[in-house]
Amino acid sequence: MNLHIKNGRVVDPANGVDAVTDVYISEGRIAAVGRAPRGFRAAEIIDASKLIVTPGWVDLCARLREPGQDQKATIASETMAAAAGGVTTLCCPPDTRPVIDTPAVVELIHQRAARAGRARVVCLGALTQELKGEVLAGMHSLKRAGCVGVSNARASIVNTEVLRRALEYARTCDLTVFLHAEDAWLAGQGCMHEGPISTRLGLPGIPEAAETVAVARELLLIEDTGARTHFCRLSSARAAAQIAEARQHGLPVTADVSVQHLFYTDDEIAGFNSAYHVRPPFRSGRDRDGLRKALRQGLISAVCSDHEPQDQDAQRQPFAATEPGISALETWLPLMLRLVRDNLLDLPAAIATCTVNPARILTVPAGTLTPGVAADVCVFDPQETWVVGEDTLQSAGKNTPLLGKQVQGRVRMTLLGGQLVHRATIPSKRPPRRIRRS
Amino acid sequence: MKRERNLQINAHGRLQHFLTIEGLPRELLIEILDRAEGFAGIGGRAVKKVPLLRGKTIVNLFFEPSTRTRTTFELAAKRLSADVLNLNIESSSAKKGETLLDTLRNLEAMHCDMFVVRHHLSGAAHFIARNVAPHISVINGGDGRHAHPTQAMLDAYTIRRHKRDFMRLKVAIVGDVLHSRVARSEIHALKTLGVPEVRVVGPRTLIPAGVEEMGVSVCHDIETGLKNVDVIVMLRLQTERMRGALLPSAAEYFRLYGLTPARLKLARSDAIVMHPGPINRGVEIDSQVADGGRSVILQQVSHGIAVRMAVMAMTAGSQAG
Repeated sequence: MNLHIKNGRVVDPANGVDAVTDVYISEGRIAAVGRAPRGFRAAEIIDASKLIVTPGWVDLCARLREPGQDQKATIASETMAAAAGGVTTLCCPPDTRPVIDTPAVVELIHQRAARAGRARVVCLGALTQELKGEVLAGMHSLKRAGCVGVSNARASIVNTEVLRRALEYARTCDLTVFLHAEDAWLAGQGCMHEGPISTRLGLPGIPEAAETVAVARELLLIEDTGARTHFCRLSSARAAAQIAEARQHGLPVTADVSVQHLFYTDDEIAGFNSAYHVRPPFRSGRDRDGLRKALRQGLISAVCSDHEPQDQDAQRQPFAATEPGISALETWLPLMLRLVRDNLLDLPAAIATCTVNPARILTVPAGTLTPGVAADVCVFDPQETWVVGEDTLQSAGKNTPLLGKQVQGRVRMTLLGGQLVHRATIPSKRPPRRIRRS
Repeated sequence: MKRERNLQINAHGRLQHFLTIEGLPRELLIEILDRAEGFAGIGGRAVKKVPLLRGKTIVNLFFEPSTRTRTTFELAAKRLSADVLNLNIESSSAKKGETLLDTLRNLEAMHCDMFVVRHHLSGAAHFIARNVAPHISVINGGDGRHAHPTQAMLDAYTIRRHKRDFMRLKVAIVGDVLHSRVARSEIHALKTLGVPEVRVVGPRTLIPAGVEEMGVSVCHDIETGLKNVDVIVMLRLQTERMRGALLPSAAEYFRLYGLTPARLKLARSDAIVMHPGPINRGVEIDSQVADGGRSVILQQVSHGIAVRMAVMAMTAGSQAG
């Protein structure tokens, strides 16, 4: 079926496109942007006037909770949330139950995602068996099963020898290693950033050094092994600076940050508010500003949702007993638009950090509107406001600090391989205003 | 910074719950001390009871073992003529897998009026106060490392008995500030009551990050820390702290930070020595000091009853009004 998306502001950073123009889709693929291909006849025309058309978003980290924790969420529920958030490709970290350390688990996730049919799901395989940091996982088999990289998720590899060998072996398999830099000893029993607020609340703190010590150790081993590495979810300004320096020295490293870490600080926890309980923790205002600066300078090239849906029982506890995480797929886009309004990034740069850049990190052919690629497209209204509520979120996890708050920016439709996988149901109550052009 | 103000104070400005000293106005703290003054005589009477809370049911909800605090809360409640229920959750429902919230729902169903809560997690009292039915008052009997507000008030009461004017005092809090809920509440209480100089004294391993932002000065040398102070608050050193990387041994701790008669001489000649108990003789305090004329440790215990009566009467009273 041929589709013609008309008159939208098309932002496709990979191809340097930012213009009010048309997108033509044929046989589930992008046929052209701008001028119609010869003989193109649309079966359906979508009027995207006053809307923004981007490649489908690519999320470096979204936990689907399946297999193993389907009381919290399922692949079906969370890919539905992804579609509602404009996300067409998402990457599932290996900390499922069982862990993604055998091809069978990868196949199960791929099958269920395909059956749900709302988003492309790619997996990171485990770096070590059961993420225990002791024995290497069968990385080659995992790669053959379709894993786009390997990771030990948030379980830190305490044994430095194992980490070194894991990096060497991953390089042998030509796999990118996704590392969460946290020193397990320094993090200890901590549940928030160590600083004046953790002191005041008497909550055990995670010092900045838990991250910087791990980054330093890992950078030295990356230098030795030459393993292509991606640092996941930086939380401190100093770690961002360490990675910037490593990149200057030509190390094959990239880094991302969760969108929440670009907004929140440990201040939010002052009343024991467990909606802000995340790992790595929200740190100081200086850290948040440092992460923002690193993003603007391109030293951190990708932003992700770090989606982590929780059930109510996991949240209704005193702070330290709650499970960390924010249900974030559907509020990712409004928060990115807030960064644009804050003048941190212009719109194309913001879109790049959520589309082509993470796609390159994952080495998947997504995140662009290049003719010939699968037509994964996100169409959103940058002006429309909506209230984040238990009824408006598709995700099974309602754990977000934005619950009950109004946000600006709403996905109107999401296409996956040219198929409509999401369409906003409630029309805007306000007449749309003129779109600001940057 | 965002603080919890409304949770503790009701629409009429009265104390609804007593969870932390932080954010409470000075007048309220003074009112607690004054009310306690009024209750202090009751313990000496032949009939040690007033009928203020007759017909009310108070539950001592202890998720962590305690003797002194639980006993004084129980005595305080009984002297106010309330019915008291002691629940040691550690040895009951929690072990059977019941969640904190379910435990609360069950107690609410039994029509209790007040919970006195002790829990090993910081913020547990706030969590409970946020989740109980509106007619129930929650008093924090100690949550994790966060707060122990009645202990801080009984210390303030003891200080006022001996010193009168908070505005001219120098106070040293010595020991394991990192793990101490008493220290945190004490700092808030003393600062709110106008004490101009509060020093925390201890090794770097036991002083938490950024504690200066609570308005105290930090001292790692006990001789400097005790110089010319009016009040010395010694903190209890848990023996398990000596197993990790925080301290090498009890003997070395005593040598560096133990309160000895010689060190006591550095303080003002009329300085008083306090300790929340139970004390470790020869670890944080020398027996000669603990049992000496400047020690007010046992007075603290008896003041604890009057102060807890005051807090119970005030929170229960907020429900009536």
